Amino acid sequence: MTDKFDKTPPGSPAGQVSVSKAATTAPENIKAIPVRHVGRWISGIVVIGLLAALVYAFSQGNIQWQAVGDKLFDSNVVAGAGRTLLISVLAMVLGVILGVVLAVMRLSKNPVTSWVAWLYIWFFRGTPVYVQLLLWFNLALIFPVLNIPFIYKDEMTDVMTPFMCALLGLALNEAAYMAEICRAGIQSVDEGQTEASHALGMTQGKTMRRVVLPQALRVIIPPTGNEFINMLKTSSLVYAVTYNELLRSTSQIGSTSYAVMEMLFVASIWYIVMTSVFSVGQYYLERRYARGSLRSLPLTPLQRIKVNLASFSNRPSGGVSA
Amino acid sequence: MTTPMVKAEGVHKSFGAAHILKGIDLEVAPREVFCLIGPSGSGKSTFLRCINHLEQINAGRLSVDGQLVGYRQKGDKLYELKDSEVALQRRDIGMVFQRFNLFPHMTALENVMEAPIQVKGEAKAVARARAEKLLDRVGLADKAKNYPTQLSGGQQQRVAIARALAMEPKLMLFDEPTSALDPELVGDVLDVMRGLAEDGMTMIVVTHEMGFAREVGDALVFMDDGVVVESGHPRDVLTNPQHDRTKSFLSKVL
Repeated sequence: MTDKFDKTPPGSPAGQVSVSKAATTAPENIKAIPVRHVGRWISGIVVIGLLAALVYAFSQGNIQWQAVGDKLFDSNVVAGAGRTLLISVLAMVLGVILGVVLAVMRLSKNPVTSWVAWLYIWFFRGTPVYVQLLLWFNLALIFPVLNIPFIYKDEMTDVMTPFMCALLGLALNEAAYMAEICRAGIQSVDEGQTEASHALGMTQGKTMRRVVLPQALRVIIPPTGNEFINMLKTSSLVYAVTYNELLRSTSQIGSTSYAVMEMLFVASIWYIVMTSVFSVGQYYLERRYARGSLRSLPLTPLQRIKVNLASFSNRPSGGVSA
Repeated sequence: MTTPMVKAEGVHKSFGAAHILKGIDLEVAPREVFCLIGPSGSGKSTFLRCINHLEQINAGRLSVDGQLVGYRQKGDKLYELKDSEVALQRRDIGMVFQRFNLFPHMTALENVMEAPIQVKGEAKAVARARAEKLLDRVGLADKAKNYPTQLSGGQQQRVAIARALAMEPKLMLFDEPTSALDPELVGDVLDVMRGLAEDGMTMIVVTHEMGFAREVGDALVFMDDGVVVESGHPRDVLTNPQHDRTKSFLSKVL
C-alpha cells in the first residue's frame, strides 16, 4: 500500500532552504570524552566466563556428540517429528474452531449457552492436560462401546487409538484457552463498530463475520501463535497415550542404544527448529492483520535488507552532490 | 397531508434509574432538515439513536415513514421485531456518528461498498461504481484506496457520509458529525451536508453548529433534560428565543 504519509520527500523545498542556510554557519560538533562504563565491562566479562564454563562442562561430560549428529536425521526421528507436527497442527486447528464457538457462546445473551461455555472452560483449564489425556485413554472403562444410533457403532478401544486420544486431549484442552483469547479479542473491538454496522442494516451474524472478527483477529493472532508454539512442546505429553511422536520415538532409540541424553538433545534440536520456523511465520501473519491499524506497515526483514542495500548504493552519489 | 418521515409521540427512555427522555413529541416532514440542539446530557443523541433502534424506547410511539420502529402492531398488541426485521428497517436510515466509526480494516472504497454488497446482495461492480461516484461527490475520489487511519478526521467523516449514502436511505441521522473535528476541517463536512440538503434529503442533525442550523435548517428543536423546550424555524428560535432556558443556552454558545 503506498500512502502519502510516510513518504515526506527528504529534500522538500522548505527543508532544503533552511538546511543550506544552516550549512554555511554550521557549528562545530561537540568533542567530549565519553563516560567509562566500568560496570558494563565487568558484568560482560563475568557472563561470558560463565557461558564458557557451561560449554566446557558439556564438552567434558560423558556425551557422545557423534551420536547426536548420527541420529539427528534417523528415519524414526524424522517420522516422529512429522507426527509431532501433524498432531500439533490438527489439535490447534480443532482447538481454534472450537475456541471461537465457545467464545461466541460465552458472549451470547442466552444464559444457558453462556453458562455451558463457562463450565467447559472451567473444567478444561482447571485440570492438567496430562490428566485429560489419560482420561481419554481410559474412556473405555466408562463407555465400553461407542454407539451413535444408525450411524456408527464400535468398541471404544478401537475408536480411541493413540492418535485419537492425543488429538482429542490436546484439542479440547486448547479450545478452553483459545475461547478466552477469542473472547478478549472480540471484546476489544470498539462498540461503535457494531453500531455502525447495525446502522447500515447488517444483521448480528454479518456484523460478527464482516466487522468484528476481522478486527478481533489482530488481537487474537499474537497469543494464538504463542499457544501454537506451546502446543508443539506440550504435544510431547502424548507420550503417555503411546502416540509415537518426537519425544517417544527418540526415547525409544535412546533406551535401546544407551544414548539417553544424546537422544534428548536430538529431540530438543528438532523442537527448537520447529518453534523457530513458526515464530517467523507468526511475524508475517501478524503483519498481514495489522493492515489498517498502522499508517504504514513495518518492513519485513527482507525489505529492510533491500532498503539498506539501496541506501548503501545511493550514499556515494548523495555524498558527491552534498 | 403527507406521512411525516419521523413521528414521535410521548417517547420515554431510561437507562436503569436514569430517565433520559421524558416524553418527546415531534414530527419531521419529508425533505426537511431538522436540527436538534441542547446542552450535553439533554437526551438529543439518545433520541436520535432511538430512531434507528440502536436504543429501545420504554414508552410512547416512534415511527419512521409510517412504520413503527422496532415493533409490529397487531390489534392493540405490540410484537418485538426479529433481528433481521430490525436490520431491514435500518437499511433505509443512514447514520453518521460523532466518532466516524469507519471500519479500520477496509479501505475508504471498501467501507462504502460493504453494506450494499452484504445487505442488498448487490454485484461487486455495481457497488464499486456507486462507491466511486459517492467518494467523488464528497471530494475524496483520490483517497479511495486509503485506510481510515491514513485520512484526517474531516476526510474520515466524509467517507462515513458516503458509506451511509451508499444504501440510498430516505432519512439521514447525524449525531454531532463535526464535534470531533479540528475547527478548520468542519467546513468540508458541512459543505457535503449542505449539498445533501439541497438535493432534498430528509436529515435530522444533532449539532452545535448554530450557523449551519440557521442557514440550512428548516426546523429546529431545543431540548433540555429530556424534554422539548422550544421548537420552530431556526431563524426565529436562534434570534428570538422565548424560553429563559433557551436564552441562557444560546447566550453561551453563540
